[in-house]
Amino acid sequence: MQVPGPFEYDRATSVDQAIGLLERRGETARLIAGGHSLLPMMKLRLADVEYLIDINDLHDELGYVLVESDRVRLGALTRHRELLESDELAAVLPIFRDAERVIADPVVRNRGTIGGSLCQADPSEDLSAVCSCLDAECVIRGSTGQRVVPMAEFHRGPYETAVGDGEMLVEVRVPRHPDSSSAFEKVERRAGDWAVVSAAAVVTMAGGVIADARVGFAAVGPHTVVIPAVSELLRGEAPGEQLYERAGAAAAEHCDPTTDMRGTAAYKRHLVQELTRRTLRRAVQRISDGGS
Amino acid sequence: MQVTMTVNGTEVTREVEPRLLLVHFLRDHLGLTGTHWGCDTSNCGTCVVWMDGEPVKSCTVLAAMASGHEVRTVEGLAHEDGTLDPIQQGFMRCHGLQCGFCTPGMMMTTRALLDRDPHPSESDIREAISGQICRCTGYATIVRSVRWAAEHPDGAVPAAEEEPAAAEPATEPAATEAAQPVPTGSAS
Repeated sequence: MQVPGPFEYDRATSVDQAIGLLERRGETARLIAGGHSLLPMMKLRLADVEYLIDINDLHDELGYVLVESDRVRLGALTRHRELLESDELAAVLPIFRDAERVIADPVVRNRGTIGGSLCQADPSEDLSAVCSCLDAECVIRGSTGQRVVPMAEFHRGPYETAVGDGEMLVEVRVPRHPDSSSAFEKVERRAGDWAVVSAAAVVTMAGGVIADARVGFAAVGPHTVVIPAVSELLRGEAPGEQLYERAGAAAAEHCDPTTDMRGTAAYKRHLVQELTRRTLRRAVQRISDGGS
Repeated sequence: MQVTMTVNGTEVTREVEPRLLLVHFLRDHLGLTGTHWGCDTSNCGTCVVWMDGEPVKSCTVLAAMASGHEVRTVEGLAHEDGTLDPIQQGFMRCHGLQCGFCTPGMMMTTRALLDRDPHPSESDIREAISGQICRCTGYATIVRSVRWAAEHPDGAVPAAEEEPAAAEPATEPAATEAAQPVPTGSAS
């Protein structure tokens, strides 16, 4: 039987109160939402927490999907299942439904949250790849106010984020662009597993050529990465299979996978190449299909 | 700390450590051992119970987190009069279990699936149980059991109408007696 080490437990009744509790207890405190990343780590004694603040009661305050004209705002406590089932979100950012279908399993998705996923900062975490690729911004609140941190600066390393002691992630903001779409693909060993490699792509078209594109990956480096060389290669080009092939080769060259129990580095580079092609192809297809 | 929750319709209050997991609370503190405990890392799904009507993996929920909520376990699946839920009947009829270890979790998940979608496709059923491991690999019969339950939302029809062979003497003594005098040879 694996049980976590002893800790004190409190339940927050508002974001401000949670921040107050966090501030008082400093680095010994952790927030728990879905708990599907943190609790297993506590059981395995990979995480040592003295004070746990349950924020599940803040779902009314922090569980939302708001599609605005120029951006989408996602409350940090929005559960995976809510992201998966939101037709409004799938209509403007289909990448979320692509990804949520393969994140963990339905029962885990009932509990897990986007904020928890990003704050866990696992290098294999799918939503981190999605949000990196979308160039999302993270709204972090503390007692003195809030600050907005781009995804590129949010993850400091494996399991380490820009969220300081006494602060919490409250919202993720994703910009929307006209004539743009997105896609996500993942290879996993079995249903609900961590990615061997997962890939996210966002493409914006203008006048028949790619105005901008980003591809991001999970599980091929110390944290989820967007590969700028691929964006440079794609920009200004007409989409097509040969271009996707070159983009895939460039992505495989610039990523940094390691050999582990999920596969060899060479196999992961192969997946990066193939998944780059597939996600770019699908994102472009979605634009020409008229969806966003 | 003190936790209070409603488990299968009954309110319970216990003094527990904050680190106690819901699965152990149910099994060790309430004696509800129908909820099984397998992998401990949210993979196998044998510990699935409902919290406020949604399946959750109770090895990854603290009892403290469930405090104030409504929990339903496999012990609370049958109807109050003792009639088995159609899901339970389906698992019996279609041999949805082998060793039975994953069965309570499977039944809780698939009951919730049918509550949301009374007519799931085979892939819907497989998706719903994708977070649960049957180590006997009896997935085909599990899927069949769920389909049976979907096709029989009110449970089994009275035994006499459905399966004459299974409805013998006790329920139809007259018919049995009437059949007896007929010589075996002339029946064909």
